[in-house]
Amino acid sequence: MARSVYEHFFQEHMIPALTIENLSKVYGNGFEALKGISLEVQQGDFFAMLGPNGAGKSTTIGIICSLVAKSAGRVAVFDVDIDQDFAAAKKYIGIVPQEFNFNQFEQPMDIVINQAGYYGLPAGLARERAEKYLKALGIWDKREVPSRMLSGGMKRRLMIARALVHEPKLLILDEPTAGVDIEMRRSMWDFLKKINAQGTTIILTTHYLEEAEALCRHIAIINRGEIVEHCSIKALLRRLQREVFILDCVEEVAGPVAISGFHVQVVDAHTLEVAIEKGQYINQVFEQLGRQGIHVSSMRNKANRLEEMFVNLVEGAA
Amino acid sequence: MTLKEQYIAFMTIVRKEIKRYLRIWTQTLLPSAITMSLYFVIFGSLIGSRIGEMGGFTYMQFVVPGLIMMAIVTNSYSNVVSSFFGSKFNNSVEELLVSPTPNYVILLGYVVGGISRGILVAIVVTIVSLFFTHLHIHSYFVVVVIVLLTSTLFALAGFINAVFANNFDDISIIPTFVLTPLIYLGGVFYSMDLLPDFWAGVSKLNPLVYVVNAFRYGVLGVSDVSLPFAFGMITLFTVLAFTYSLHLLNSGKRLRQ
Ligand SMILES: Nc1ncnc2c1ncn2[C@@H]1O[C@H](COP(=O)(O)OP(=O)(O)OP(=O)(O)O)[C@@H](O)[C@H]1O
Ligand SMILES: [Mg+2]
Repeated sequence: MARSVYEHFFQEHMIPALTIENLSKVYGNGFEALKGISLEVQQGDFFAMLGPNGAGKSTTIGIICSLVAKSAGRVAVFDVDIDQDFAAAKKYIGIVPQEFNFNQFEQPMDIVINQAGYYGLPAGLARERAEKYLKALGIWDKREVPSRMLSGGMKRRLMIARALVHEPKLLILDEPTAGVDIEMRRSMWDFLKKINAQGTTIILTTHYLEEAEALCRHIAIINRGEIVEHCSIKALLRRLQREVFILDCVEEVAGPVAISGFHVQVVDAHTLEVAIEKGQYINQVFEQLGRQGIHVSSMRNKANRLEEMFVNLVEGAA
Repeated sequence: MTLKEQYIAFMTIVRKEIKRYLRIWTQTLLPSAITMSLYFVIFGSLIGSRIGEMGGFTYMQFVVPGLIMMAIVTNSYSNVVSSFFGSKFNNSVEELLVSPTPNYVILLGYVVGGISRGILVAIVVTIVSLFFTHLHIHSYFVVVVIVLLTSTLFALAGFINAVFANNFDDISIIPTFVLTPLIYLGGVFYSMDLLPDFWAGVSKLNPLVYVVNAFRYGVLGVSDVSLPFAFGMITLFTVLAFTYSLHLLNSGKRLRQ
């Protein structure tokens, strides 16, 4: 008995919030926006999808919430396959799209309450939730103003309130901080962190590594419809901060070379690869090699695919 | 979704639709009231008195049911076509598409919104007509059923138009070039037996002829066409339009990429 309860508990927590397998999308005009991507987001995670313009982030999100029809592959939300029971899957999801998609003539209060109605929430509860989230996002004062009169940042917060009204287990935000000032961005970050701490799994897309770094635990980097990297933020930062140098040696190196404190690899008889972490000095490498009788004639950087991508990312976003 | 949740979603859409046309009542309710009053004054009072009898009634009595029907057809149609196209245009239709609300509930919500506007305008027009003539209802049953069926049919037609429309021109082309001529040639202003045989025969292909005549039967007790046949045709068209609309929603045509 006790064991089965434990197993149940364990299984509950093992179910990923989102599973994507070999997802591809070819748009009507023949453009292949997603080339068979796979990724998994665990429950409770704060997950970033990072990528340049046109990478396929919004396409992926569109498929998850039914606005875009997939061409192939599988999507499951808390183990509910969208092909089998899309309605059940949709109940788990709250979506904040990249573009404003509410009727600008309606008032924020009505927009949020109506959304609650579409999820079948009774009127009393809908009002209560609308108040709760409009207040939490700081737009309660504007609840009876035609929403076109809200500022851009307020409109975005309105969409967050609308996405939360049915208290989804998975909140997906497509560039939530685009067009939001720095102060508001901070307070939005705090708000999202709080929601996440209370148990909501969050996925957001962004162009900024800084934003992913401030908020997220895991990350997928997507470029031209392919996943380039899928790991923890920590691992990513470690990799970004590490530089690999290729050293050409005068003497032939026989057997493994050890340099204490550094990761070294022998590529061939005259070539070594040394990884320098942030805070380490390259002098130490030369000192130690010198003591071992190895002289370095020349040295160059090893091209870093990830870094190149980030240079592109930054250029693309500028 | 449970039935209760579906009902909540349905009522949410209907309420939102009603709120929309009441908010912009000068564009949605007022024009019909004004146009119809003008028709009453011009065709009913001024010209009608010269025309004399039509189908055994004064011209005013004859023309009132047709004009009420015209109001129902145009209002139920234009409510759905402009509201649903509008929500496609500003992308707020996504609010519904991402929700678990089933497609048939979405469709019913919009259709009932259109029906309610058709009926509301019909009531206004009827009240206006009472200033000009005395109305006696021959069969309440026929009146109610025809009003409901007709407004449903044209609300659905408006929905189909909205799904296919890509711009604001597309939502005025059909009403201007198809709906209005069919209404004018549908026996609102004249009895079919005024027409030469050939044109009377051609008119039988116009669905508005059945709608107008069935309703006129409900009010006056006379009709140019057989009542059961008219009922049958309207019901058939309504079922077809509903099935097709639902198919459009399910396939995601022009709604999902
Ligand atoms: N409806 C469409 N028809 C054809 N191609 C499309 C359509 N929507 C998007 N695309 C293309 O698919 C690719 C991916 O677009 P997507 O919107 O998913 O990118 P994104 O990663 O969200 O970019 P951004 O950071 O600019 O929002 C782009 O090349 C885009 O031009
Ligand atoms: Mg995007």
